[in-house]
Amino acid sequence: MTNHWIDIKNSDVILIMGSNAAENHPISFKYVVEAQNRGATLICVDPRFTRTASKADIYTALRSGTDIAFLGGMIKYILDNKLYDEEYVLGYTDAAMLVGESFDFKDGLFSGYDPKKRAYDKASWALMRDDNGVPRRDDTLEHPRCVFQLLKRHYARYSLPLVSRITGTPEKDLVKVYRTFAATGERGRAGTILYAMGWTQHTVGVQNIRAMSIIQLLLGNMGVAGGGINALRGESNVQGSTDQGLLFHILPGYLATPSTAWPRLEDYLKRRPKSGDPLSANWWQNEPKYIVSLLKAYFGDAARKENEFGYGWLPKLDAGQAYSWLDLFDAMHAGKIKGFFAWGMNPACSGSNAVKTREALAKLDWMVAVNLFDNETASFWRGPGVQPDRIGTEVFLLPACVSVEKEGSITNSGRWMQWRYAGPKPRAESRPDGDIILALGRKVRELYRAEGGAFPEPVLHLKWDYEGPHGEFDPHRVAQWINGYFLEDVKVGDAVHRKGTRVPAFALLQADGSTACGNWIYCGSYPEKGNLSARRGQEDAPNGIGLFPEFAWAWPVNRRILYNRASVDAQGQPRDRKDWVIRWEDGKWVGDVPDGPWPPLGDLKKPNPASRWPFIMTVHGFGQIYGPGLNDGPFPEHYEPLECPLERNYMNAQRINPVAPVWEGKTDAFATCDPRFPYVATTYRVSEHWQTGVMTRTQPWLLETQPQMFVEISEELAALRQFRNGERVRAVSARGAVECTVIVTKRFKPLKLGDLVVHQVGFPWHFGWRWPESGREESANLLTPSTGDPNTRIPETKAFMVNLQKV
Amino acid sequence: MAKAFLIDTTVCTGCRGCQIACKQWKKLPAAKTENRGTYQNPEDLSHTTYKLVRMNEAEIDGKLRWLFFPDQCRHCLEPPCLETAGEPKAIYRHRATGAVLYTPVTRDIDTEAVIESCPYNIPRKAPDGRLVKCDLCIDRVSHGLLPACVQTCPTGAMKFGEEKDIRTWARARLAEVRHKFPKAVLVNPDKVRVLYLTAFDPTRYWEYAIAEHREIPLTRATALRRMAQPVRDFFAAIL
Repeated sequence: MTNHWIDIKNSDVILIMGSNAAENHPISFKYVVEAQNRGATLICVDPRFTRTASKADIYTALRSGTDIAFLGGMIKYILDNKLYDEEYVLGYTDAAMLVGESFDFKDGLFSGYDPKKRAYDKASWALMRDDNGVPRRDDTLEHPRCVFQLLKRHYARYSLPLVSRITGTPEKDLVKVYRTFAATGERGRAGTILYAMGWTQHTVGVQNIRAMSIIQLLLGNMGVAGGGINALRGESNVQGSTDQGLLFHILPGYLATPSTAWPRLEDYLKRRPKSGDPLSANWWQNEPKYIVSLLKAYFGDAARKENEFGYGWLPKLDAGQAYSWLDLFDAMHAGKIKGFFAWGMNPACSGSNAVKTREALAKLDWMVAVNLFDNETASFWRGPGVQPDRIGTEVFLLPACVSVEKEGSITNSGRWMQWRYAGPKPRAESRPDGDIILALGRKVRELYRAEGGAFPEPVLHLKWDYEGPHGEFDPHRVAQWINGYFLEDVKVGDAVHRKGTRVPAFALLQADGSTACGNWIYCGSYPEKGNLSARRGQEDAPNGIGLFPEFAWAWPVNRRILYNRASVDAQGQPRDRKDWVIRWEDGKWVGDVPDGPWPPLGDLKKPNPASRWPFIMTVHGFGQIYGPGLNDGPFPEHYEPLECPLERNYMNAQRINPVAPVWEGKTDAFATCDPRFPYVATTYRVSEHWQTGVMTRTQPWLLETQPQMFVEISEELAALRQFRNGERVRAVSARGAVECTVIVTKRFKPLKLGDLVVHQVGFPWHFGWRWPESGREESANLLTPSTGDPNTRIPETKAFMVNLQKV
Repeated sequence: MAKAFLIDTTVCTGCRGCQIACKQWKKLPAAKTENRGTYQNPEDLSHTTYKLVRMNEAEIDGKLRWLFFPDQCRHCLEPPCLETAGEPKAIYRHRATGAVLYTPVTRDIDTEAVIESCPYNIPRKAPDGRLVKCDLCIDRVSHGLLPACVQTCPTGAMKFGEEKDIRTWARARLAEVRHKFPKAVLVNPDKVRVLYLTAFDPTRYWEYAIAEHREIPLTRATALRRMAQPVRDFFAAIL
């Protein structure tokens, strides 16, 4: 979230699309209701009428996987009707910047496409720069190469009739949603978007969010109270896990994982693009301080200037190779991975194409499952259709204790780091994950010390000192190193920071090895004065918009609303006087922690040289309507999902995203526009279960409310196929089959795509054979495909094709 | 001081936190259920389910509505069950809160008549012959806590407090809600302590949502007791 949960209440129009907040983030509705009571309009766009839709002022359906068509139509509507916030667009976004002549878009392809590699050469998308390296601009917004005009041209094709024919959303509903949301372009009004996996889990996942980001920039909704781009994370600490780098492509603090493309530290340090604009903060230029401090936190005294602070000890990704979930299980399936830790995860049910995943687990020599309960992964060797005596994988199950039994922090979607104390003592032999990891690390180090090995240095040089007095994992120690320490006396300005004290804020981190910091964005969370994430202050900030700055601690530097410099005019005065975020008063900022201390711009034509443009994380300091850094193009474009009901894409000549990963093994089969699989399918969660259900299916009260795998279908489809409500059917896709109970509901309706009628069905993905004890309730991911987004490689589980058969 | 609830169905998201919280606090076991082609489960109130979110899909004025009704005992101001039982050791009114409470002595009364007397179809018979239902979390409330269902509600759809405050609040909330839902009503506000606010005709939510919906048969025993009540009250007052 650029904003945070409480801030939803400040919104005038709340768009919930790509998420089902009422069901999957119930507490969000405390603030949605508060906003509605203050007069806000709630819009819900979802293939299915959900519990969120039940509370919406405006609901409409779309076909799964057509969000870019829907949002592209909104971009066109905003531009055609001049509903954008002109001052904001001109002053704070890249709309006026000129794009190089080599950029082009034709037949669904951007310039630079290599069909053999299924990849773009992004060099042709670059902005035009002047001799100083500053992007060239046309402040009239009329130059044919300016971002604004290119945007107009790109979305000129997204007419209401065409969008309606692709999405299946009636034109009048499109207009109603567009008009209502676009009204937040008015100064003083704010619109927000709440999205989740309904947007990310597509072959165009990142571009779904980009499309909405463009809308939010056009309407001036970034940086303001009640606005922003708000990802509702799927678990209480998913935000924390990505912050701490639990993905293949990032280290803690969103630093890139080293790659063979940057074999030396100096290569890594100079890879970030520079701006020639002195008014661009281009915050990532500080990265050297963060990576060197991280290396110091990892390797302690062993990290020295002479050995590149141990950069050589970090594993490198092979350049151009992805190591995401889909890639890992593909490699495992091919027998290339021998050992596997399934830690707090249940891939046999949770990942797309679980058929392939389960086969892959059988190719392992060993697997360690760490979990609260046995699950379909730990017991895959005795699953349906599996003969245990033919499985060679040795499986170890380590009992972990429950979150409430251990101390530590979680970071919620709103970037709040919240400390929790331990409740009851762990039962029996179950242990906190931290203790299991510490013990594992100790053993591995002992072995390396005793026996050597191919490359022992990274393991032996790790600063592995997170133990408390009794050898137990000490979460405070870890949190303090994440915050960071001065390793020498460091003089900054007039102040001297003493060796051994904790760093109060990331602006003080150093690139010379004199500071250590496990995660720069958390620097300042646990300074000398104490653990700020444990605070529970109840007082609001002076702007009274629900920031509660002394309740827990938010990264970065306790800023509650990101890009808040864009919420003020050039004089530093709030563009929204009522729900203001920051304000320049008597030579200083008041309200939220501003996005940097610099004074206001003063005059956009002749800005104060001491000031900075508001979007401090982008290279040039402006909100990016044009996104030349992504793998699949600078503007979002509609492509069909890998599996869809149409023979061709009505928008352009490419059926699917031309750079989406596609696998071609036997278990990766897909079937598009195939009469054997005529129904559009999607997966989702229900309030009563969580993720693959390991913690909820075993809970009798929850199982009582949602006892069985089901498929929801429309009354029309039920009549067509003569399915009775409550009967059991078999759902089949090109990859697998699942038995389900039919729920016939008014909440799904057939969609009209021109003359074509398309039926949609939906499955929860909470079930698995291990429990309930009947063994008949299985995972919806036995149906979902092996493909995903070309940027993040998140699987496409939200749009695929199935059939239903009588049992 | 007498207590009351407001259950504002216009902000209920049907998450069923209340239904589960009730079971958790009361340590009521889960039934083995099946998916019957609906999210609503268990199918009905029972001796192990005192609170149930009823779910109903309805097209009203051309718009699809998914109506949620967190059903529970209304703790009537003049409870027909109490009157029908006629046995204060079995069914009585908790003096401080107004809660209508059932005891194990309900085993010894005419349970069928009591069940029949409830216009909201609430009391259920346990296998041991007792009648059971929501007790307003009297153990929690007596210790200054909110009822478990109210405590857990994420949207504030359920409010609990002093009867006077709740009634004031309910009227104000109704006026507010009517801007969006002109047909919104408070259901039997003069008869109950658990005030439901519905956006539409209460019977669209659930057949027994409102008392007027059914004639309540008056048994001979109840009629006689009603006649004798003033005399009993007189003696109760002077004793």
